[in-house]
Amino acid sequence: MSGYNFAFLDEQTKRMIRRAILKAVAIPGYQVPFGSREMPLSYGWGTGGVQVTASVIGPEDVLKVIDQGADDTTNAVSIRQFFVRTTGVRTTSRTDEATLIQTRHRIPETPLAPGQIVVFQVPIPEPLRWLEPRETETRTMHALQEYGAMWVRLYEDITRHGQVETAYDYPVVVNGRYLMRPSPIPKFDNPKLDRGPALLLFGAGREKRIYAVPPHTAVRSLDFDDHPFSVEAWDRPCAVCGATGVFLDEILVDDKGGRMFVCSDTDYCARRRQAGGGDTP
Amino acid sequence: MYVAVKGGEQAIASAHRLLAEDRRGDAAVPELTLAQISGQLTLAVDRVMAEGSCYDAGLAALAIKQARGDLLEAIFLLRAYRTTLPRFGVSRPLDTGAMTLARRISATFKDVPGGQILGPTFDYTHRLLDFELAEPGEPEPAEPVRPAPDAALDEPVPRVIDLLDHDGLIETEEPDAEQGPVADVTREPLDFPAGRDARLQNLARGDEGFLLALGYSTQRGYGRNHPFAGEIRQGEVAVELVPEELGFAITLGEITVTECQMVTQFKGSATAPPQFTRGYGLAFGRAERKAMAMALVDRALRGRELDETPASPAQDEEFVLSHSDNVEASGFVQHLKLPHHVDFQSELVLLRTLRGAGASGS
Repeated sequence: MSGYNFAFLDEQTKRMIRRAILKAVAIPGYQVPFGSREMPLSYGWGTGGVQVTASVIGPEDVLKVIDQGADDTTNAVSIRQFFVRTTGVRTTSRTDEATLIQTRHRIPETPLAPGQIVVFQVPIPEPLRWLEPRETETRTMHALQEYGAMWVRLYEDITRHGQVETAYDYPVVVNGRYLMRPSPIPKFDNPKLDRGPALLLFGAGREKRIYAVPPHTAVRSLDFDDHPFSVEAWDRPCAVCGATGVFLDEILVDDKGGRMFVCSDTDYCARRRQAGGGDTP
Repeated sequence: MYVAVKGGEQAIASAHRLLAEDRRGDAAVPELTLAQISGQLTLAVDRVMAEGSCYDAGLAALAIKQARGDLLEAIFLLRAYRTTLPRFGVSRPLDTGAMTLARRISATFKDVPGGQILGPTFDYTHRLLDFELAEPGEPEPAEPVRPAPDAALDEPVPRVIDLLDHDGLIETEEPDAEQGPVADVTREPLDFPAGRDARLQNLARGDEGFLLALGYSTQRGYGRNHPFAGEIRQGEVAVELVPEELGFAITLGEITVTECQMVTQFKGSATAPPQFTRGYGLAFGRAERKAMAMALVDRALRGRELDETPASPAQDEEFVLSHSDNVEASGFVQHLKLPHHVDFQSELVLLRTLRGAGASGS
């Protein structure tokens, strides 16, 4: 696109963001403040992720963008078009073809590979925010590794409801040190964060924070010995491709309570169908 | 049979075409020109320049046209453009004492050296719809703004607050060293506690409605500070820059600003005698409501410095400065429109599990 630098951001800004990313990688799970810029997309639409992607993308990269696990949701389409327009890079919907994956709310079902980078869009980076609204306080709590309030919250959930009442954005401890919000992925995806081969970068534009989980880093979802962490399960396979053990979206099919369950990861589902799984439409 | 929805791309393109058509409106009516917007919707242009943090009436007019008159959207457009511009340097502090005045009033003294100048204000208009305006017409010619008869022409009009200063009844204000670095909230993330430079920058680009409500809340007892409008002045000031290679100041041009110096009560503390204190407001263009609200909030946020216990929202630095930006606020509120069905599905699963557990009596 004429009049703008490769990937929109000027090189000075990219350098500032890359420095923040390097620091984030060096201190896994620590939220690094950075000089977030206004982007031509609205705050809340993934401006943090877009800035991280814009700072690490090169002409040789192959980009995949998903929202809710799908490549064809409107915001995924919009962000993909933004990068096509400003970089001209090749895009793909295939997880195994992509070198760079920007995502909102999911981690693909297809296992990630070494060398891949996943960029998460983060609305609220601070895991302690609902317990303590003040940034001055929460930064001190992180510095002192003072996470008792979170443990108490989980404990109270269990005593009241028999289980932790957090379904997404389930808190994790990274590398045995920092408490981290994995962005609003369902807790179903949390185990994929642990000791994975890919570099995971998290960008929060409005809140001006970047953090990271480097490859092969231990990521533990908070739990108790007698109440181990567990993930969502469905009692039926994907109605389209027949996959089990994947995250399913619930689709309302009529106004009489009729519903069906299909893969949230559209690329995974399509490829299983191509390979002959399920009832091919 | 369920078919995975494809066609986000097509839908977006169609939406953009619809938007352009709606913006243009009835093709039988002549299209708005930027000159009309910047010449006749001047206060809208001023607000967009102020909260867009970019003094360019032409670009602000374009943003307003493109945003179909939605000023917050226009502010966002201007911000997203502004952030791509290179930074050449930092200007010298504006000398608002040397302002070419279009309006200047003080509520604290009946008359002040230099006189009271009403200028083009809505203040004493009767808010009756002027049906004659429905048809094009030329207003009566107005007298140009002139300083009071006793004031020497071309001589700067002293700031009212500086007159109090001579008597020692108001806290003295030490100017920061000009060589020191200035915060830049557009380039660095906000850090708490924030310096006054960062705070004033944040408030200057903060949402007018938000500051108005907060300022109002201080008047109703939530952090009251007994304010008086010491002075409000509007007019043109020169922007000067000292280029490194020259070593002396050159004038880049003039901008129109509104400045408000609020004089507020202070009972004194262990270290300071009872005296008047200050709240400061400054905004691009003619933005009196904004400058006044900003001055009230600036004063409310000086609690730490003046040893006051913050007890109200307007006195809470993190609360105010973290939520003043309407581009951020508008984005995050509206992002709820984006699909959240994965999170929602997780919540559904959890809720069904909890209800199931409840039914079995555990």
